[in-house]
Amino acid sequence: MARQPDGPPPPPTVQKLRLRYTKRGPLRFASHRDLARALERALRRAQVPMAFSAGFSPHPKISYMGAAPTGAASEAEYFEIGLSARRDPEQVRAALDASLPPGIDVLECVEALEGSGSLADRLDATRWRIDLPGVDADELAAAVQELLAREVVMVAKRTKNGTRDVDARAAVVRAAVAVEAGCAILHVVVRQLTPTVRPDDVMAALAAVADLRPPLPIRAVREAQGRLDDSGEVADPLGPDRAVRSCCQEERAPV
Amino acid sequence: MTVDSLYPQLEPLLAQVQKPIQYVGGELNAQVKPWDEVAVHWALMYPDAYEVGLPNQGLMILYEVLNERLDALAERTYAVWPDLAGLMREHGVGQFTVDAHRPVRDFDLLGVSFATELGYTNLLEALDLAGVPLHAVDRDETHPVVVAGGHAAFNPEPVADFVDCAVLGDGEQVVGDITDVVAAWKAEGRPGGRVELLARLARVDGVYVPRFYAVSYAADGTIAEVLRTRDDVPARVGKRTVMDLDEWPYPKQPLVPLAESVHERMSVEIFRGCTRGCRFCQAGMITRPVRERTITGIGSMVDAGLKATGYEEVGLLSLSSADHSEIGQLATELADRYEGTNTGLSLPSTRVDAFNVTLANELSRNGRRSGLTFAPEGGSERIRRVINKTVSKEDLVRTVTTAYANGWRQVKLYFMCGLPTETDADVLEIAELAVEVIRAGREASGSKDIRCTVSIGGFVPKPHTPFQWAGQASAETIDHRLRILREAINADRRIGRSIGLRYHDGKPGVIEGLLSRGDRRVGRVIERVWRDGGHFDGWSEHFSFDRWTTAAAEELAPLGLDLDWYTTRERTEHEVLPWDHLDSGLDKEWLWEDWQDAVSEDEVGDCRWTGCYDCGVCPTMGTEIQIGPTGRSLLPLSVVR
Repeated sequence: MARQPDGPPPPPTVQKLRLRYTKRGPLRFASHRDLARALERALRRAQVPMAFSAGFSPHPKISYMGAAPTGAASEAEYFEIGLSARRDPEQVRAALDASLPPGIDVLECVEALEGSGSLADRLDATRWRIDLPGVDADELAAAVQELLAREVVMVAKRTKNGTRDVDARAAVVRAAVAVEAGCAILHVVVRQLTPTVRPDDVMAALAAVADLRPPLPIRAVREAQGRLDDSGEVADPLGPDRAVRSCCQEERAPV
Repeated sequence: MTVDSLYPQLEPLLAQVQKPIQYVGGELNAQVKPWDEVAVHWALMYPDAYEVGLPNQGLMILYEVLNERLDALAERTYAVWPDLAGLMREHGVGQFTVDAHRPVRDFDLLGVSFATELGYTNLLEALDLAGVPLHAVDRDETHPVVVAGGHAAFNPEPVADFVDCAVLGDGEQVVGDITDVVAAWKAEGRPGGRVELLARLARVDGVYVPRFYAVSYAADGTIAEVLRTRDDVPARVGKRTVMDLDEWPYPKQPLVPLAESVHERMSVEIFRGCTRGCRFCQAGMITRPVRERTITGIGSMVDAGLKATGYEEVGLLSLSSADHSEIGQLATELADRYEGTNTGLSLPSTRVDAFNVTLANELSRNGRRSGLTFAPEGGSERIRRVINKTVSKEDLVRTVTTAYANGWRQVKLYFMCGLPTETDADVLEIAELAVEVIRAGREASGSKDIRCTVSIGGFVPKPHTPFQWAGQASAETIDHRLRILREAINADRRIGRSIGLRYHDGKPGVIEGLLSRGDRRVGRVIERVWRDGGHFDGWSEHFSFDRWTTAAAEELAPLGLDLDWYTTRERTEHEVLPWDHLDSGLDKEWLWEDWQDAVSEDEVGDCRWTGCYDCGVCPTMGTEIQIGPTGRSLLPLSVVR
């Protein structure tokens, strides 16, 4: 039998909170591990009463999901925390936001509705906005049309275990081109498959079908993340939990 | 003058490099002050990768001390990895600070902290990227004054051509003095140009300006003499010593990076200096005397630091933390304060002493019980007498066994190889010791699930130590001894599988030896290596022994010298050493006597308990040992659970 530390087990989780935060400005260069460290330290500074796992190496109960790639900005990153004492979600949001650096901004915090299913299951698609400075919008539109016309577009993707060929086309649900301040912009909704098709892979697909090669680095922002609805829109993943919000108002406790 | 941020030019490059987060700054507790509102601008550099440099306490302390001044600002800069360096050259982006991404070229001063000599090539790379002339004599008054500090600055001769000044000793006060001098010189309209500024700096206590000292050489290649070239600079430069650590509770707001770093914890320095007298230890020799921070001073730094950072572990730093006069009480009272908060407290490697196990048990009460580390340094009792780190084999085994019996599963033992007078037999005793430790540990803990890691490094003789005269062991000798040690450990697999051996081959140590005890002539070897593509010499994937040996052979041959002359050659008593004009306070005669005692295996006590043995530091520097106990205690804090 595995050894167990002496003493009582840690206090149980009494409340689960789900949070949305951003990765803006220079902090888009943070990796998901950098963000995890920053969030855990901010939770300690904000004195949020985290629940801990048992054992010799107790870890705070935090689940991260669907992190945007390093270098991509995001308006819609999600994580879930377990607390050992109940707190008002809005006060947790404000306290955590205040102890995080500018650029990592906590936008929403809701209590998980019991029986509403896991948050990870509600994150199956992303709406990206990709700015392509120096790219001609018409050329981009033609490339996108070519991509959408194909059934399969294989691209080589670098993974932990070497290069792997992935069908980028299969992940693309919708794509449209716009122009803002003279810069071509690609709006694209991508299904989160395994392995994940990222903005770089979409660009590789455009290069493959139409030889589109941006002269300058692209800038991608994840605008929304959630479940794909029937119309191909990305639904708010915290929607199913919001019903719970009103019922805990009376139990407010300061953080 | 306004100075623009390089970030807009840098940002597109960051998308193309590894770990870009290390270049964007914005760490918790980082500061950016308006350029035009201060007179003096410091860029502080740690000449290694961000992940190594960020946690450096020295740099963090000076960053805060300088930024607290109304007339100065300080920003940080680190060595840039080759992927970004290449892009920066291609796109004309200079070496930048991570705080406001200002060009290093535009600062008044570039302070570089050398914890190890293997950072020298990174200094050259940074100067070149910054657009600052490599050689100090080629700089004019628009270029930053390059100031070297840190332990390696106690022999800055190998980089004398590249730095404008070197600072000896504690930095807290001297950076203020330097700032005053630069501010006054600028306010007066920069009279006399750069040379006048450097002459004024040379008159600041603890500041050495190499260009005002001329070195001449004898026919046999040794130094004939080192003479000052101006009357208004000191003949010998003495080190600085901060006497009351409680007056300098820095860092108050430790930096917390987003990127991963080598130390994922905050540190509080509980005392400075060490008088244990380990003869190999440069840090212990050059930082004397011992000055303790008080228990209450430490308590408030731990409290403030945890609140400011959110770290879950605090390291209680010093050269030998268990020697603090209040350590037992400190451990208990800190553990009481943070009971139930998942806050871990740790000591760096400690001497082999049963008391340290008790301490470690107490400190790990609230946090994670990782491994325990002891540093016997020498494999045999004989060699431990030579290095003055005396502990009997029985005590060593008993201490480690106690650790296993107390529930520690992993014990790490630090050793050195290639020590003066060492033979194969001394090193083979490490294997016997490890086997003995595992046998006794299995018995005491009733478990086979225990491990002992033997970590061993090649010894490098350092300036200002009794071993400064010693011949360094060759890379072949080190590699041979490591090989027979490995074979001995693996001889019995039933025990050997519980023993891990971590070591580095002897080659980097030889180069470190060249740079540690080198003179000004070694500068051309460093420059040649950098020109041939050498940098990040502390990283095995970047270090090239061949590049160094080729450069050393070709640059030193015309002088009638070679690598061996600087490394494996034993020095004689009256040889002028390259650092003799730099005063650590240690009396050279005492160092020689201690070297002779080492060879005759005679030990010396610790002056904190056994009386003064006249090392020379206190009278020379006007300092004294400052230890407790204070009789004070830590009051409970209201810690939020």
